[in-house]
Amino acid sequence: MAGSGTAHLRDRDDIVLTVEDLVVEFPLGRGRKVHAVSGVSFDLAEGETLGLVGESGCGKSTTGKAIMQVPRPTRGSVRLRGRELTGLHGDDLRKTRPQMQMIFQDPISSLNPRRRVRDIVGEGLSIWNRDRDGASRSRVDELLSAVGLDPETAGGRRAHEFSGGQCQRICIARSLVLDPDVLICDEPVSALDVSVQAQILNLLEDMKARYGLTMLFIAHDLAVVKNISDRVAVMYLGKVCEVGPAESLYARPTHPYTNALLAAVPRPDPEAGSTSVPLEGDVPSPVDPPSGCRFRTRCPRAQERCALEEPLVRPVGEDHFVACHFPVHAADAPADAVAGVATMS
Amino acid sequence: MSIAAELPVPPATPDPVDPLLEVRDLHTWFDTPRGMVRAVDGVSFTLRRGASIGIVGESGSGKTVLSRSIMNLLPKKAAVPASGEVLFEGRDLRPMSSKQMRSYWGPQMAMVFQDPMTSLNGVVKIGRQITEGLRQHLDLSRQDADAEAVRLLTSVGIPAPERRLGEYPHQLSGGMRQRVTIAIALACGPKLLMADEPTTALDVTVQAQILDLLARQQAERSMGMVLVTHDLGVVANRTDDIAVMYAGQIVEKASTRTLFRRMRHPYTEALMRCIPRVENPSHTRLDAIPGRPPDLAALPVGCRFAPRCRYAQPECLAENPPLFSDEPGHEYRCFFPVGTSAGAEALERNERAGSTAAGTTMDLLTKASA
Ligand SMILES: Nc1ncnc2c1ncn2[C@@H]1O[C@H](COP(=O)(O)OP(=O)(O)O)[C@@H](O)[C@H]1O
Ligand SMILES: Nc1ncnc2c1ncn2[C@@H]1O[C@H](COP(=O)(O)OP(=O)(O)O)[C@@H](O)[C@H]1O
Ligand code: SF4
Ligand code: SF4
Ligand SMILES: [Mg+2]
Ligand SMILES: [Mg+2]
Repeated sequence: MAGSGTAHLRDRDDIVLTVEDLVVEFPLGRGRKVHAVSGVSFDLAEGETLGLVGESGCGKSTTGKAIMQVPRPTRGSVRLRGRELTGLHGDDLRKTRPQMQMIFQDPISSLNPRRRVRDIVGEGLSIWNRDRDGASRSRVDELLSAVGLDPETAGGRRAHEFSGGQCQRICIARSLVLDPDVLICDEPVSALDVSVQAQILNLLEDMKARYGLTMLFIAHDLAVVKNISDRVAVMYLGKVCEVGPAESLYARPTHPYTNALLAAVPRPDPEAGSTSVPLEGDVPSPVDPPSGCRFRTRCPRAQERCALEEPLVRPVGEDHFVACHFPVHAADAPADAVAGVATMS
Repeated sequence: MSIAAELPVPPATPDPVDPLLEVRDLHTWFDTPRGMVRAVDGVSFTLRRGASIGIVGESGSGKTVLSRSIMNLLPKKAAVPASGEVLFEGRDLRPMSSKQMRSYWGPQMAMVFQDPMTSLNGVVKIGRQITEGLRQHLDLSRQDADAEAVRLLTSVGIPAPERRLGEYPHQLSGGMRQRVTIAIALACGPKLLMADEPTTALDVTVQAQILDLLARQQAERSMGMVLVTHDLGVVANRTDDIAVMYAGQIVEKASTRTLFRRMRHPYTEALMRCIPRVENPSHTRLDAIPGRPPDLAALPVGCRFAPRCRYAQPECLAENPPLFSDEPGHEYRCFFPVGTSAGAEALERNERAGSTAAGTTMDLLTKASA
């Protein structure tokens, strides 16, 4: 971590989705490749929302898509209610589709502008032949109302007549029509204004309660992620840095990267001040990631060991895990790490 | 109502102390097939030399058109009966031709855009893009211009600046590219820097770096800065004053501290309340603002915020409120301001009635998702 390891995977009966040692590489030719996701693990319990947060390019979308098996991961395991998806082919894989749905950042381009809203939302039902006895129409209307669109006035209109926020509502209705277990949301509010963002976040909470969803919520905004998540996983350059309950991870961030991210959050409060020293430099290329801990080139606590040895995920609190040799706040942080910081600043 | 004490103020209160920029009752309209789009519709503000102002508002509120109008960067034929003044050190820029403006762009005023590629040329090396302005405006020799370019790149935090001079924009990350555009903007020592959402496309850590860089440069050079953003969090710690824009107009303006402590406009309050905050517990219900801003080609006669406002009363539908003020430097466009007895009574009336004078149900205005 940012490192690897699976110590944070939970041994419980109500786990809906497990991602274990997920690796996704994109070949560039001449033996070079993008190490987009490099050994990521996490799990989602029934009814839980896991927030996946990190800067752009760290592999969040790739992780979401690899869970959906488009494209298939290079290595690793994805289990939906205990069933391994990575080995499934053809019809077997297709049959798992209704259980897991995904929505995206750009709702407008996710919709065919010329199609009518009712057809867009009902598409899944006709594909899956669940359009019996006119049940389809009432299901579509129920979902349109649930997402705050009037079926009578909105149902017959075409997608291009709607704003970004309304298109995201349509996408949400479409994703829920087959009653999935898992909803993967890839930056669903990042392109929206704050006012609309709040509407959609509230709506997702309502939908989760109403339809019993388990959610993976991907975003780069830490405040948004905390608002909607029960647990949060922080990613950096294809690896997981820290995982834990939202409250404890934000109150006691132990990974230096989590700390830096939290310190950089702009706060709408002039009294808050900006005392923090921002993280320096840019994220290194995922084509040639740093050895050992991938965060070491920007980490204020980095030591020699960080270049030589990749840190593994280990517990630092109740259900709270970190992958760092010299974590912040942790009782067992070696004294030399602290001395290292002092001499560097 | 306690409004009697609050007299409307005339637009553009002249600033006694050395104004760098005075925008007076500025209008920028676009004649389109859909009708007249009133993108900037009577905006006034003053920026002191070396001071900074943040302009905040949702997308489509007219921030970019305002910035470009100030810079005189809008194509002349696009904008119709452009009235109002943009006084830069007392001279109105509006009537100036592009040719006349060329002596202003660079040494007097410069702009940084959301997308660095707006101001960078993809096929020209970075070094040349920086030195071009230096040689033209400051009449430096090639060697001196190169040395100055290295100094500028260093000052905006670009490592190995000598090497960067020979590179093309695509070889840099988004954050580095934005640093280069800032270096170019600063090259000729402008007195005014306009920054239009300079960090919106960047990650939080890079955003923090760039905002710190802008603040440092602004202070060191005692340069005036207009920082445009849709994120109140971005300006909360960074600018002296804040102006909140809605549907082409400034609806509230105050010093940053005053705005956060004693906000008067219901839109400012609503913007503050809908932002998720890291300090709040998970699953905190957000106070969303229902609906969308009005169509700028079909504006209502009354208050432009009325359909989304919790305080809206019948008066609000009859007339667009003028600017009121109850303390120096603090102005707002509202008949029933937040934190006043008039506002409290209006809110109470609406809560009792279950809906506002604009017909919006109160349920929708609090904790709404739909
Ligand atoms: N199809 C692809 N081919 C090559 N590289 C890719 C592809 N998709 C993503 N990447 C790279 O993988 C890394 C992770 O990307 P992504 O998952 O989109 O990150 P995030 O969603 O966190 O911004 C990035 O460096 C990106 O450029
Ligand atoms: N050249 C133009 N012609 C017609 N309308 C325009 C033009 N430029 C901007 N607008 C309109 O002006 C309004 C304000 O836009 P803008 O200043 O870009 O808002 P913001 O920067 O606050 O998001 C929008 O409704 C936009 O569509
Ligand atoms: S202290 Fe070492 S292991 Fe921990 S984040 Fe920094 S570089 Fe990585
Ligand atoms: S109270 Fe009236 S004037 Fe004030 S913002 Fe609301 S609608 Fe506009
Ligand atoms: Mg992504
Ligand atoms: Mg804009």
